[in-house]
Amino acid sequence: MTTKIIPPTFITQSEEQLDKGYDPKVARGLLQFLKPYYGQMLISLVFMIIVTAASVLGPYFVKLAIDEGVSKNNLVALRNIVLVYAIVSVVQLITNILRVRMMSRVGQHVLYDVRTAMFDHLQKLSLSFYNRYSVGRVITRVVNDVGTLREFVTWAVLAIVRNSLAIIGTLIAMLSLNLRLSLLTFTVLPLMVLATILFRQAARRNYRKVRAAVSWTNSVLAENVNGVRVVQAFSRQSYNYANFKDFVNRYFLERSLDAAKIASLFTPIVDVLGAIATALIVYIGGTAVLGESITAGVLIAFVLYIDRLFDPIRDLSRRFDTLQSTMAGGERILELLNTPVEVQDAKDAHEMGAIRGEVRFENVSFHYSDDPALVLNGIDLDIYAGETVALVGETGAGKTTIVKLLTRFHDPISGCICVDGVDLRTVTQGSLRKQMGMVLQDPFLFNGSVKENILFGRLDASDEDVIAAAKAVGAHDFIIRLKNGYDTSVEEGGATLSVGQRQLISFARALLADPRILILDEATSSVDTQTEQIIQRALATLLKGRTSFVIAHRLSTITSADKIVVIHDGKIVEQGTHTELLANQGMYYELYKTGFQE
Amino acid sequence: MKHLLRIRIFLKPYFWQILATLFILLILTGLSLIVPRIIRSVIDDGLVRGQRFYLIRSAFLLLGLGLGSAILNLGNRYWSEWIAASVGYDLRNRMYDHIQYLPFTYHDHAQSGQLISRCIEDVRSIERFAGGAVTDLIRFILLTIGILYIMLTDNTKLAIIALLPMIPLVLMTSSFGTKIGKLFFAVDNAVGDVSNRLQENVVGVQVVRAFAREDYEIERFDNANKQVFQTWVYVIDEWSKIMPTTNWLTTISIILILWFGGQMVMDGTLTIGAIVAFNAYILMLAEPAQQLTGLVNAGGEAAAGAQRVFEVLDTQPVIQSPQNAVKLEPLRGEVEFYNVGLKYQDERTASLSGINLRVEPNRIVALIGPTGSGKTSLVNLIPRFYDVTEGRVWLDGVDVREMDLASLRKQIGIVLQTSLLFSDSIKANIAYGRPDATMDEIIVAAKAAQAHEFIEGFTNGYDTIVGERGVTLSGGQRQRVAIARALLMNPRILILDDSTSSVDTQTEKLIQAALDTLMEGRTTFVIAHRLSTVRRADMILVMDKGRIVESATHNELLARGGLYKEIHDLQLIDHAKFPEEIEGLQEENIIQVKEHDEM
Repeated sequence: MTTKIIPPTFITQSEEQLDKGYDPKVARGLLQFLKPYYGQMLISLVFMIIVTAASVLGPYFVKLAIDEGVSKNNLVALRNIVLVYAIVSVVQLITNILRVRMMSRVGQHVLYDVRTAMFDHLQKLSLSFYNRYSVGRVITRVVNDVGTLREFVTWAVLAIVRNSLAIIGTLIAMLSLNLRLSLLTFTVLPLMVLATILFRQAARRNYRKVRAAVSWTNSVLAENVNGVRVVQAFSRQSYNYANFKDFVNRYFLERSLDAAKIASLFTPIVDVLGAIATALIVYIGGTAVLGESITAGVLIAFVLYIDRLFDPIRDLSRRFDTLQSTMAGGERILELLNTPVEVQDAKDAHEMGAIRGEVRFENVSFHYSDDPALVLNGIDLDIYAGETVALVGETGAGKTTIVKLLTRFHDPISGCICVDGVDLRTVTQGSLRKQMGMVLQDPFLFNGSVKENILFGRLDASDEDVIAAAKAVGAHDFIIRLKNGYDTSVEEGGATLSVGQRQLISFARALLADPRILILDEATSSVDTQTEQIIQRALATLLKGRTSFVIAHRLSTITSADKIVVIHDGKIVEQGTHTELLANQGMYYELYKTGFQE
Repeated sequence: MKHLLRIRIFLKPYFWQILATLFILLILTGLSLIVPRIIRSVIDDGLVRGQRFYLIRSAFLLLGLGLGSAILNLGNRYWSEWIAASVGYDLRNRMYDHIQYLPFTYHDHAQSGQLISRCIEDVRSIERFAGGAVTDLIRFILLTIGILYIMLTDNTKLAIIALLPMIPLVLMTSSFGTKIGKLFFAVDNAVGDVSNRLQENVVGVQVVRAFAREDYEIERFDNANKQVFQTWVYVIDEWSKIMPTTNWLTTISIILILWFGGQMVMDGTLTIGAIVAFNAYILMLAEPAQQLTGLVNAGGEAAAGAQRVFEVLDTQPVIQSPQNAVKLEPLRGEVEFYNVGLKYQDERTASLSGINLRVEPNRIVALIGPTGSGKTSLVNLIPRFYDVTEGRVWLDGVDVREMDLASLRKQIGIVLQTSLLFSDSIKANIAYGRPDATMDEIIVAAKAAQAHEFIEGFTNGYDTIVGERGVTLSGGQRQRVAIARALLMNPRILILDDSTSSVDTQTEKLIQAALDTLMEGRTTFVIAHRLSTVRRADMILVMDKGRIVESATHNELLARGGLYKEIHDLQLIDHAKFPEEIEGLQEENIIQVKEHDEM
């Protein structure tokens, strides 16, 4: 147990990245979002000054009440002072309420704006962005990082202003009451500031390790929970438990205790400094009172002011910390917002007219922006309107990339793609995609009813249209047998519907959209044989009268295509009909043969 | 509250430490109550009566008190953090181990993300409560009692006047606590909605783009986003009322002390020092009273956390080794199902019913049938991932429920459709079931599983880390590592899901070869997707709606017709045709143009 436990490097590294420190560039980027609210912020700054002034005046009123009222036995003076104090406190109450309200609303508005900006941007980013970013990461950006931004706006920035005002106000009040006593108090201030800074540095180092411990524990837990079936199948429980207890969780415990050591040291130190300051004031100030150079009220006010000076200093150091930790979050938000949109509508892009369905690839090459290796290399294709084209080849050959270029999820790096003789880059993406339909290998349904999911294809379709589409693809029968028919909700994770049923719904969705060009990317490979039979029948309906691109591993499903295109290493190696290609005895022949070998 | 009280079980091991911390706390509170008295003596004895001695004495007293309470404070804080961290450590261990033993039935319904947040977040909120919040609460109670006692015995009339504004303050903060809890709950829900919208949008990004539905999605997101804004505004409005008001009430208290106390001083019934002391006591009371809100919050969070933690811990691992179970001798591999029925919790229809089956050792059994017909349910009963709800499952003539669970499962190898690997080295992944395996054994297994070659291709070979943090393996590669993992166990019984739908033909051939090695000399149950596998089987079970509808060899089933023939024909339309086509082409060596079958 004496050996030092070291978490894997990927954990510590990512935590170090989190600890960015103040970055003016990021701060400027974030301030952009505050711009629309400068007016309101100015008003609340004025409120804040009023609140601070009122609060600093408190001990002064106590001093006045004692010196002018009580000590001099002057009831009228006491009454007046108390009355003024009461009025000031009411003013403070009201401005304070207004300030909190206004400022926090601004903060929330900013966050709303940031989330909207991020979501809008996400709708424009190309699919290669989504290949790099996992779902979890996107959600972390928009939800968690924006959450830390809230700290930045509502707490850090504001609190820094407020605390600075409070410190300045208190210093002014003390100095104007008595110079000597003020200087006396200030002797402990450097110690206080020094202690705070040292403490913060140690605390930050410790919390970084605690965070690393948390994320280590998190990832080990996640893996064990997600893989619990394998864990049980291989009877690994006691081995895994020992690892968790003696390494991961123990590291968590030890780092928490390190942090506790530092944290529990700080408050006592501040208390000791406070006690020293108070003792000094009592002795030296008291002696001065006896020498009649100051009044008892001044002494009392000073004792009260000491607390008011220490609190904001402590708070300020905490806020600076928050500010630093928000930097990393802010940087990640800006990084997402500044990710360039790869596929953009041209400035003079026009609406695509009704598509007939003629498709042409002219010497098209493509690679992803983060990898210079060509995925497609000099693709030439000529498809007549209404033809069914099958794309065939091994995993990674480039089949899916071809259809992704056709739907303009990416733009080719050279060559051009024309539909009905129109270069895709000259039309708007919306008008193009509205006329295209896609059915993918993993049918994706949104939370909502079956009907809503079919309607996703065409929002203004009538109920009859929806039912007709479902009937046409053979989905109607099972839908009406569901608990609430078309209104049955599609649960996330697909607890209620089988993969085959979900696929049928996505076929209905595609049919309802009535696309001029239809793309089926492995649409039947994850369904069982019986559902596939239904789908094959539905396909005849679906393909009729449209240009279609079909990608399938099971070659038996594409033998009747008008044109079969064999792709290998990003190039077209063969094309023709099933019989032609078999006769060629080329790659298609080989693929077809291995597929059926016993 | 009930759940919160149950936490005490976890506090028990630290009874003496807790007692010590509480004792320190008591002394600390007493010390802090003395400070205003000293200030009072400074004013009344030192200043008003003009005796310097009191000033010196007070200054030293203040210093001494400051130092003393600092040391006590240090101890108190560290000890309470230590207790909290230890409780958290124990709880996380308990949770981790418990979750490992929870049956499949539990994990089928549990969301993994939630389980993880229970182990981390909920345990943390319990920790925080046990550490900081409870200490604060006790300090607040002690302080309140002490201050009330001192103020009331000192000057009952002034004490009552000064404490009047404290009543609404305490009432407000405690009602705020409950109200703000609800409001924050609404915020959490709204944020959850935003995450869900986002998740859907990102997961379904291709569908959204393909149907050009970006505007619709933006609108839907905006609704959720506005909801977050709105719920926050409700929170802020409450906040903006409570925070300034509690401040104000404290000020009012001070003003009342000045006005009434001042008059008493003029009457000669009170000293100036007493006013200052009262002032200090009120400030001392107000600060923790304002923190009451935080305490109520922390308590609520901890209670909710405790409830969720106990929900997990209270779930019994129903599938356990029976008492006195003996470790199994190596099995021969005879499997028998006797009238087996299985009905999952919360499901109306049985997933399996009336299953009767007898498999001799070393036979290959193929299961086919539509999705949801019960194939997976059937094989899951053999390693006792689920318990039958009817009938018996026997291995070598012994009911699996009478066997030692670990030694049973160690003799069963499983390769599932989605081969889950852990983010560890390839070596460790292959040795997952036998961490003590030698490197030679691992390589032999990898070679047999056709994985050795591609593993050697990586720069770090067998030490290559797989998963999110390392190399991403293709579906086919993962599957072969999973096969090696099962092989290394040298299981007597093998359960396979041979789905290779998402790999290309070449990889499929490699996997097929690996599977062939794996099946040799073991009783094998294979959930078959391809006819090539089915044909190799000694026995084919055709399943439909939880029953075995047909059971025989390939040729027998074909001869019989029925569901099997139907499926067979569907897949084989082109297979049967293929040799003819090829032969025809080769013989005549001309392009044969003929009508295509309808798709």
